[in-house]
Formats: sequence, structure tokens, C-alpha cells
Amino acid sequence: MTTWLWLIVPYVAFTSFVVGHIWRYRHDQFGWTTRSSQLYESRLLRLGSPLFHFGLLAVLGGHVLGIAVPASWTDAVGISESGYHLISVSMGTLSGLVCVAGLVILLYRRITVTAVRQATTRVDKLMYVLLVAAIGTGMLNTVGVNLLQGDYNYRATVSPWFRGLFTLSPEPGLMAKAPTSFQVHALVVLALLALWPYTRLVHVFSAPLGYLTRPYVVYRSRGDHLAARPYARAWEPPPPARPAPIVRMGRGPR
Amino acid sequence: MKLMAQLAMVMNLDKCIGCHTCSVTCKQAWTNRGGMEYAWFNNVETRPGQGYPRQYQDQDRWKGGWTLNKRGRLTLRSGSRFKRLLNIFANPDLPTVDDYYQPWTYDYENLLSAPAMDTIPTARPKSLITGEDTAVTWGANWDDDLGGGPAQIGRDPLLARVSRQVKLEFQQTFMFYLPRICEHCLNPSCAASCPSGAIYKRSEDGIVLVDQDRCRGWRQCVTGCPYKKIYFNHRTGKAEKCTFCYPRVEVGIPTVCSETCVGRLRYLGVLLYDADAVLAAASTPHEHDLYPAQLGVFLNPHDPRVVAEAERAGVPGDWIEAAAVSPVYRLIVDYQVALPLHPEYRTMPMVWYVPPLSPMVDALTQTGHDGEAAGNLFGAIESMRIPVEYLAELFTAGDVAPVRAALRRLAAMRTHMRAVNLGEPTQPAVAASVGLSTREIEAMYRLLAIAKYEERYVIPSAAVSQAHRLDALATGCSLNGDGGPGMTAFDAVAEKFHLTDTNGAGPNGKNGRINLLNWDGRNIDGLFPARAGTNEGGGRAE
Repeated sequence: MTTWLWLIVPYVAFTSFVVGHIWRYRHDQFGWTTRSSQLYESRLLRLGSPLFHFGLLAVLGGHVLGIAVPASWTDAVGISESGYHLISVSMGTLSGLVCVAGLVILLYRRITVTAVRQATTRVDKLMYVLLVAAIGTGMLNTVGVNLLQGDYNYRATVSPWFRGLFTLSPEPGLMAKAPTSFQVHALVVLALLALWPYTRLVHVFSAPLGYLTRPYVVYRSRGDHLAARPYARAWEPPPPARPAPIVRMGRGPR
Repeated sequence: MKLMAQLAMVMNLDKCIGCHTCSVTCKQAWTNRGGMEYAWFNNVETRPGQGYPRQYQDQDRWKGGWTLNKRGRLTLRSGSRFKRLLNIFANPDLPTVDDYYQPWTYDYENLLSAPAMDTIPTARPKSLITGEDTAVTWGANWDDDLGGGPAQIGRDPLLARVSRQVKLEFQQTFMFYLPRICEHCLNPSCAASCPSGAIYKRSEDGIVLVDQDRCRGWRQCVTGCPYKKIYFNHRTGKAEKCTFCYPRVEVGIPTVCSETCVGRLRYLGVLLYDADAVLAAASTPHEHDLYPAQLGVFLNPHDPRVVAEAERAGVPGDWIEAAAVSPVYRLIVDYQVALPLHPEYRTMPMVWYVPPLSPMVDALTQTGHDGEAAGNLFGAIESMRIPVEYLAELFTAGDVAPVRAALRRLAAMRTHMRAVNLGEPTQPAVAASVGLSTREIEAMYRLLAIAKYEERYVIPSAAVSQAHRLDALATGCSLNGDGGPGMTAFDAVAEKFHLTDTNGAGPNGKNGRINLLNWDGRNIDGLFPARAGTNEGGGRAE
């Protein structure tokens, strides 16, 4: 059971995530979009969407700090366990609340605005369920377990388990020791990752950072696809009774 | 110097009768699909009026186009690139569908299926977006012919800049139609605001297109375009825009809107320009100088040095030949009767307009004067301040001098040709007073009034221009395939538009294709050519 949940399931989810993205990028460029619904409704979106996205970016940054960075590294720069705990709980709670506030507004909008509701596909709905579950269990861990109940040092179990999956030295036993709420959170997120490439969430990977450096106007050649089409031109030269071109007012062509 | 060629359009507003044929045929060809119900790549709006989408010219609100920053450098009016990216999660300057209009249809089914009853069954309006009952309160041309009266027309953003006290008089004396498509600008702000780099200007013909595969639906282009001629397809999540009917012009036939124009008021032709000069011209400090600055970017196709440079730049021979007889160049540069739409947006638009003289003529005739006499017309152009100022707000950033000059040339042409037609002695002084010889005036008259199809649409086809590449193909028999003797330009278009299989009679390998004209907008099977080696369509329903 431990092997199944914390070894096989993660690798299946990662495989779906990676292979799914490659497959979709190669076969469904046309479907790769945010599918924004701002055209239908702008007022609530302008409030909820930045809250949700910026909150989520902060949450993501917190996960990188808590899971990808080993405890020994933060110890090395002189951050004590209690100091780390203070930072992670306070920042995590704050960014989590921002994210949840945005999510609530966006969900309210999606349900109450008819046009937005109708534009919601079945995949969208499944994705929303997983997203809400992931954020909900995440908040439960941060606020419920770490803030109210006291300290749980996930950097001794969850984080090494997760890193182990990537260093190909997995230790599923570590995760089996974690509290149930952390286990549920991990499973929900794995399910979300597995579904990710088949949803609108792919837009995360088109974050257009190249825009900051590229030239404003893009020129592109038509290409040679017309090379084999020798049609006669549709126009004839006009009659010769045309006057010579005139240039005046000092504004003519150079 | 970086010489480039561009297909451009001129519309003669005096001849527009506001029939909307261009809009309807364009819609039938391009946007009768799900997600684009509200979009009109070509629309005709009555001026004065709010336009489509409502008040799109109010750039304080919509933030379209370019502006000069404090250091005098050209920057997007909606903010720096960094600011655009910070706003990517919710574009603060995006019109919603209500700013265009809620598209609707009628429940015609009810007319036939309603049970017998005392009252006549009605076809209720239904929203095309939600399918629910809707109240029809606005449309793409709701204020057509000044409909809605001063309450609606008074919201025209341009009227606010023209003196207030004459608004009412203005409405009684002055009205014209303004057909609009994408401007295919030399300095497109839509392309500049696209975070994904999906919008590009084609280097061969200057047509601005959205790469549907690269568009990621960030919606910044909708804000960036000051003409609001980019539309967000709410079903596919991609931006779409006027394509200048590139599948048609590539084979040398005019755009759908030009082809079907009842008044024959559209002209298509090639302009040569210096791409290196565009940025400097668009950065001209004073807005009144933007129109002359753009004229300065165009190159004289009769100048041997320009021709030599064009050849060096790889412009095909028939494009250079077409540029020399371009009706668009004649109207814009030779006669200077065509003016750009809103040069103050600094996008260097490439669809220009001959301003309408008929409102002046009408007003003169109504007051009992001879509306065709040169003296009267010239006097009216000088004294009828409001229409001229309004036209100047549209075409020259408020500078009335070029508008007056263009109108005077049109007035001189009217007077001269009336004398010719009535057999009266012509007055060369009238022509001379607007800087034209009588021969030039007659040539201009011919172009504006009676020019035939081939004179109005001088479109070098992309295929012929690459004919030299065919040498490599000469060893095979080309009679059977594309471009064989039986293949006409129209066949090529039919194939591009997937019109080949409306009744199952399509050739093998094409009979699975869908006809765009009957497409329900939902199912995309057969919409894309099958991938090499497979039979499945390229798209995937989400």
C-alpha cells in the first residue's frame, strides 16, 4: 500500500504530466489557451483573478522553499527551525488567504454569471474540484495543523520524500508517517498534476516572459506554400491615358 | 532604407450608401461561427455616431494605440511591456461583449411549433451566447442613420472635441457612412501588445495576421488596437481579426468586402514604403504632422532608384509593376484626396479614406444654392466649419487644412466635370486653384467615378510572383494537380475555404472536410486537414 500510494502513484502522475504536455504541445497548439471568460464579465474577474493568480504564485514560491530546499540548507544560512516555521506559517497563511479569496470570487462568478457558467466544460469542472480540494487541504495543513494545532515538521518527512522521487532514491515510507491531512493534500495534488495537461491549466507554461525582450512588431514571411500555383493575374494594366505622377506640397515621396 | 511592399485599401466615402453589403458578405465568409457571433471584421458605422464597439475612439478609456512617453519615445498607450504583463491576469482595459453588443437570434421554431391559440405566436429574441431570452438593446449599427437621436449620437467621442453649441445644427446637416476593416498598420499596436508574439505582419504584403496556433488568449491585442478590430473568440479562446482575405488576394482577386461593394468605392493596390522610416514617422512629436510624416514613408514607384531598390530588396517584378499603376498610390500621393483614419493613434494605418463632399453639396442644395458650382462649393468648404472639423478629427488628428485641400479637389472635379458633361466651357482656373491640371482632374474623375474592376483592384498575386521557383518543378507533369490548366484562381480559393464538399461530391481525401459556411461552431472534426500519415483531424475538442 505504501509503495502504491507514495511510489507508483506519484510516478504515474508525473508521467502523465510530462508526456501529456509534450503530446498536447505537439498535437493541440490550437487548443492551448487560457480560454479567458473576461469577454463575458469583467468586473468580478478584475477583482478575483489577480488575487487568485498572485496568491497562487506566492503559494508556489512557498512550496519551493519548503519542499525543494532541504532543511540543512536553511540551517546553513542560520535560519533556525522555529524561525523557518514562523516565516512559513505566516507567509503561507497570508498568501493562502489571498489565493482563497480570489478563488471564492472566481467560483462565485463562474456559478452566477450565466455566460461564464455555460462556457464551463466538464474537464473544467473536474479541474475546479481538484483545484479547490488542493487549495483547501493545503490551507488545512498550513492553518489547521501548523498554525492552530502546533508545529508539524514536514521537512523531515514530506519534503525528503518528494525530493527522493526526483533523485531516483524514493523513500515511500517517509510519507506513510505523515499526518493524514498531508497525505490527502499530496494525493489531490498528484491527481491535479496528472490531469493538468488536458485542461486549461496548460496556460501556465506559456507565461510570456519573452515579451519583455522581443521587438515590438513581429515580421514573418509568408513562406513558400504558394510556389506551385501559377495563376494568371486577375488585373490588366489600366489604359495608357494616365498622367505622369505629380508631387507637390513638399509632402511627396522621397 | 529597408524597402517593403504592402497591400493597401482606399475607400471613397462619397460613394458609400450604407447598405452593409460588405459587412454581411464578410460575416458570411469569415465570422459566421460559434464564438464570433458579435464580431464584424468589416462594419459600417454612421458618423457622427458611437461606432462599434461603442465609443471605441475614446482612447482615454480604452487605451488603444501608441503614445509618446516623457522622453518622446513611442510606447503603448496602455503602458509599458512590464505593466502589460502585470495586468495579464485581468486586462483592465478590455471591452466586454456588452460594449460590442449581445448577439441574438430569434426563436423561429416557435412560429411553427406553437400550439393553436388565440394570439399569434412570436419569435422571441434569444441571446446567442447564453441561449436565454434577451432584450435587444444594442447592435453593431444601432445608431445607423443617426438612429437614437441626439441622446445616442451625442455620445460620439469625436463630437465632444468639436464645438458643443453647433451639435444640433450639425446633426441636421451632416451624416455619412464609415466602413471599417482592420487597418493593417505599418506600426501595428496589436502586434506590439501581443505577449505571445502570435500577431505578425507578413513581410511580403504587409497583411497583419494572428497565428491561431501561437495565440494563447491573453487578450492584450484587443486593448492594443485603437480601432478595436481584433476580436476575442470566446469559444476557442483565441484572438481573430480581418485577414485582408489573404487567400483571395494571394491569387490576385480582391477581398470579399471590395468584391461585393455595391457602390464600388473600394480600391486595392500596392504601396512601397521604407520600413526603416516607420518608427521615426510614428514618433513625430506633433499630431498634426503625423499625416505628412506617413506620406513621407511611402516611396515613389516611378522613381528608377526606388525600382532598383525594390528589385534589390527582392520585391517580385509584378509587384513593382503593380505599384507603378496602384490606384491607392494615386489617390493617396498623386492626388492627395485620400486621408488616413486617426493618424494620431500612431499606428500608421493603411486603409485610407476619401472624405465625403456630398454633405456639403446636400446642405448647399437645401439652402437653395447651386451645390455644384465651384464658387459655392469652395465657399461652403471654407464656411461649414463643423463638418470639416469633424472630418479632421477622423482623418488628420484635427488639422483642417488637409481635409479642406482634399475636399476642394473633389469640388473642383465636380465643377469641371459638370461643365464637360453639359458642354459648357471649362474653367482651367478652377483646376489650377487646387493644384491640378484639367488632364489630371479628368484622370482622377475616371478613377473615382467610372474605373473598371481591373483599375480599382490592382493585386499582384503571390503565386505569379514566385513563378521563377516553378523552374524546379518543370520536370513533372503539372497538368493534373494544383495549377493545372483547368485550375482557376477561384478554384484555389474554394479549396482554401473548404468549399469543396457541400454535397459529398468532393474528391477522394477531401470528402471528410467540413464546409465552413454551414459549420455549427462546435464540432471541429474535419475542420483541419488530416495529418500526414493519419486520417484524424488536426484539432481536438476540449
